[in-house]
Amino acid sequence: MSDTEAAERAAMPTWRRLLGFNLLTAVILAIVGYYFGWWLGNQFSSSSRDYVADLDYNDVALILAYLFGVVGFLVGLGFANYPLARLIGRPPSLRAKEGRGVSRYFGLCTDHKVVGMQYLVGIGIFFFVGGVNAMLIRLELLNPTPTTIGPSQYLSLVGMHGTMMMGMMTSGILGPFANYFVPLMIGARRMAFPRIEALTFWLLMAAGFILMSTIFFGGFPTGWTGYQPLADQTVAGMDSYLCFFALVGLSMTLLGLNMLATIISLRAPGLTWSRLPIFVWAVFATSILMVLAAPMLIGTLLMAMLDRTIDTSFFVAGAGGSSFLYENLFWFFGHPEVYVLALPGFGIVLELIPVFTRKPLWGYRLAVAGMLGVSLMSFFVWQHHLFVSGINAALRPFYMLSTEIISIPTGFIFLCVMGTLWRARITLAVPMLFCLGWAFNFLIGGLSGVFLSDAPSDTDTHGSFFVMAHFHYTIMGGLIFTFFAAIYYWVPKMTGLSFNERLAKVHFWVMFIAFNSTFLPLFVLGMKGMPRRVSTYADNLQGLNVWVSVSAFVLGLSMLVFLVNLVYSLLIARNRSPHNPWRSKSLEWQTPTPVPVNNFEQIPVIESDPYDYGVPLAGNGVS
Amino acid sequence: MGKRLVVICAAVALVVALIALYISSWVTVVPPSVDAASVGPGGSGGAQLTLQTVAAVGPRLSSSRPHWVSYLVYRNGKWERSTNFTLPANSLVRVTVYNYDGESGLRNPYFSQPQGTTGGTEVVDGKTVRALDSPDYASHTFAIPGLGIFVPIPGVKDDAKNPCDTAPCALSNAHRTVTFSFRTGGKGRFRWQCFVPCAAGTITGFGGAMQTIGYMDGFVKVV
Amino acid sequence: MSEPNHARRLGAIWLVATLIATPLVIFVLGPVLPPGNGSEQASGHVTDNTVLMAVMTPVLLLLIVYFVYALVAFRQEPGGILEGPAIRGNARVQIAWIVVTSAIVLSLAAYGTARLLEDGAGSGGGSSPVVVPAGPKLQVQVIGQQWAFTYRYPSYGGVETPHLVLPVGQMVELHVTSLDVVHSFWAYQLGVKADANPGQDNIAFVKPTELESFSVRCSELCGLWHGYMFDHGNVVSAADFKSWIAQQRVKFAPSQKLLPPYSTTYIPEPARRAG
Repeated sequence: MSDTEAAERAAMPTWRRLLGFNLLTAVILAIVGYYFGWWLGNQFSSSSRDYVADLDYNDVALILAYLFGVVGFLVGLGFANYPLARLIGRPPSLRAKEGRGVSRYFGLCTDHKVVGMQYLVGIGIFFFVGGVNAMLIRLELLNPTPTTIGPSQYLSLVGMHGTMMMGMMTSGILGPFANYFVPLMIGARRMAFPRIEALTFWLLMAAGFILMSTIFFGGFPTGWTGYQPLADQTVAGMDSYLCFFALVGLSMTLLGLNMLATIISLRAPGLTWSRLPIFVWAVFATSILMVLAAPMLIGTLLMAMLDRTIDTSFFVAGAGGSSFLYENLFWFFGHPEVYVLALPGFGIVLELIPVFTRKPLWGYRLAVAGMLGVSLMSFFVWQHHLFVSGINAALRPFYMLSTEIISIPTGFIFLCVMGTLWRARITLAVPMLFCLGWAFNFLIGGLSGVFLSDAPSDTDTHGSFFVMAHFHYTIMGGLIFTFFAAIYYWVPKMTGLSFNERLAKVHFWVMFIAFNSTFLPLFVLGMKGMPRRVSTYADNLQGLNVWVSVSAFVLGLSMLVFLVNLVYSLLIARNRSPHNPWRSKSLEWQTPTPVPVNNFEQIPVIESDPYDYGVPLAGNGVS
Repeated sequence: MGKRLVVICAAVALVVALIALYISSWVTVVPPSVDAASVGPGGSGGAQLTLQTVAAVGPRLSSSRPHWVSYLVYRNGKWERSTNFTLPANSLVRVTVYNYDGESGLRNPYFSQPQGTTGGTEVVDGKTVRALDSPDYASHTFAIPGLGIFVPIPGVKDDAKNPCDTAPCALSNAHRTVTFSFRTGGKGRFRWQCFVPCAAGTITGFGGAMQTIGYMDGFVKVV
Repeated sequence: MSEPNHARRLGAIWLVATLIATPLVIFVLGPVLPPGNGSEQASGHVTDNTVLMAVMTPVLLLLIVYFVYALVAFRQEPGGILEGPAIRGNARVQIAWIVVTSAIVLSLAAYGTARLLEDGAGSGGGSSPVVVPAGPKLQVQVIGQQWAFTYRYPSYGGVETPHLVLPVGQMVELHVTSLDVVHSFWAYQLGVKADANPGQDNIAFVKPTELESFSVRCSELCGLWHGYMFDHGNVVSAADFKSWIAQQRVKFAPSQKLLPPYSTTYIPEPARRAG
């Protein structure tokens, strides 16, 4: 939108400005689409399938309602405009969707920096929702016999917490930070596919609301794994899960494709692969996983939807199907998925540590090899989730081996972090604190994984709180800590405002201590025989559970400290951040703040990698 | 500045209100509990629990799930849809179940035999039995696994006259009457459930009503 | 001021810490590790867990000692803007790291495989397990259903019981299956876990060694009452087992007449949505 157009628009009366392709239209069309799909589903399923009346819920209607709701939402936002305009021969320009002002954050915008901010806020909201659910779960577990929360609501809370976190936080770092900073780091003016970039965000938002709507349809008792045939038995709340995860899978695939295309084709002159910032490498490795694993999830969920709606029997034992099939398909996606969560964290840590140690990244090639190795290996370990299932039991030694081997490339990351710390000049700024927190958490998470990868030992820990503690250490300790590191490190660049450092440090220490105090005892609980996803447990475990719950509430409190800091620093105090507060030599900090719409007046020529620290008088690698 | 603070406070209040609404209207909602001691004609020192099972609960008792199979409980002269009961500790509980539902059959025939009841038997239509004649005759079970109680409830035959499809059903409708008694132990909160895959239309018959508190599942609180 | 020899100091601290901690882990923590000595398999897990702990301790200590040392020794002065040395790697350290970590993980995998192939480690080994312990075995079937485990003893007329009772010192062949959704049979003190899949037989071997009560829980999410799917079983003497099973055969005679013939799997007609 040009300045004159913007001025014209500002002069319009309010009601006139509300017309057009914007969020309001999107919501209205989403509701219209939802009821249309509902009506349509009831039309052809109630006439041909009399049993639907007996169920008192209609999966066909609900799935179509979600489908048309999402289509309406996207059309309302204006995603259909481009193909339609091309059809009638009027090629629109990207500029039309790169306006100014606050309103661009509330609609379809193809500026990667706006999308990054949208992701940060959107994902933050759903992270908060998932966190509230976790608090309610721990509230219930204060007591060995259920008291406050009904058993079906409890299971739904577990499912919503897990699914929200695993689905939404998949894009927790790639969404906000890769979208915002990859083009800046590689010297590009935009992402390769700006419209797809915007689409991934809005798909994710639609998905999030679909998942939350499950409470109106009875919830779902399957956890985030959605095992069959339990998922097939479940009331219509299950359809929310299926549609949510299918949309998340679509969003992930597109996000990964877009990242790959951008990194491969839009690098500035001189930015060879061996000069690529390590965070970009992490995004690259993650994107490979997203592109290859997420379509598997979409396919699996479509099969589950067919089982629920038109009575196929993919997963129904005794009718030609098998519950093993679902487990295999799900974990073939599910294990790469957990590395989709872990790898961006590696990237953030390796990217930030040189800045705060004033040293070049130690062992750059090893770090790259480590991330690509993890990425590759993660496709060969999925059956360790099924060690006690009886599936291909003779292959357990192979999966034990492949799972143990994946810790070798993961070890590279640790070696690179340790090498960079060697004889360094460490500054304990807040982002660095979170990176060090990652190191401790991921160490515990990784070492506890050894028990799970060892098939004999896994017999005790499988499906217990031990596993739960393990993956919270790797995902919350790995992803969420680096997520906050990235927020404290980059949000001053994104907003031009600085955080209150005292509150930020309080946030870190409360979060770090409460996190460990919450999840370390869970290893003990698991080893003492407490299974996952239960609202009842043996009386002798109550002491530890109360300890864990109280710690979890403190952990929740630390998130409130962060929110207070966010609101105070960015909305109330609004202190301007110095231009490059961390004295980083990376390319994104060399751009002006706020970053102009086109990022660079002139595409830079890169002469070295961005880790030129420790060499006095060396240039910053940009000419 | 002042305006911004107001907006922030309003947003915080809205979020807190939404969370409170979420917790109060969904997370913690369970059907009301019915005190067995005060239910039905009380005997000497024990408690009486009078139940009914219906093939479809009907719109009057459940507007959102009118076609679901359900247990009902008799209290204050009328049938209510509640599956949370309170029983006295260490005392005899007599249970009467009027079943208006048809036969579904057990997945595991082992549950055809009553367990944990006085004498290991149940009385079906006035006749004391040690097991159903066939697992296929089962319509529901009343089971409190935590107390070791499993009682099969036979169904109304398909060719019975004057069947009742939808609650409320009257004693003039075709039905089976099952009575049994058991002794409660110490205090505690136990789940009870049905073991017959009677939720028609769901895989393995265990969806919907079979997994929803207030229909075929509930809690027994021994106090 | 000359730099102290950091590498030597670090090595010394790590060595001392390891020499103190590893014996403590093996001899103090090891014996109390789960799941106890309820069966040969459970005792095997205690050994495995101890070995893994003992291997992990030096690794954990190395990293923690290193990070703490680095954070103490390699700090920027407050407000300082000094740069560190521009070291970009060290081939010898990198190769050494790769060799050592590879050696550790490969030996762990080899150890795990050897232990698994010894006796199946009490974990579900599918319908035709690779490892079948020699000698006579008592067959017991574990049937998972929403929401209870029941047990059948095919060598005792196929009687079905609500609780699991096993004779001590007898190798038991557990056949785990499900009638509806996926469950997982977890006898904690016996060190046994095996998923119960509809239409699938999943075999686990266990030899109880102690007269004790053990807990049974479902460890795979199976619906509304998953958290309530627990019970206690007992390991009793051979004589007590004989009298118990005889008693069960009398008690459950009425239902036993109605049971289907013993089979490794039962797949009742899957009730379809339309059914």
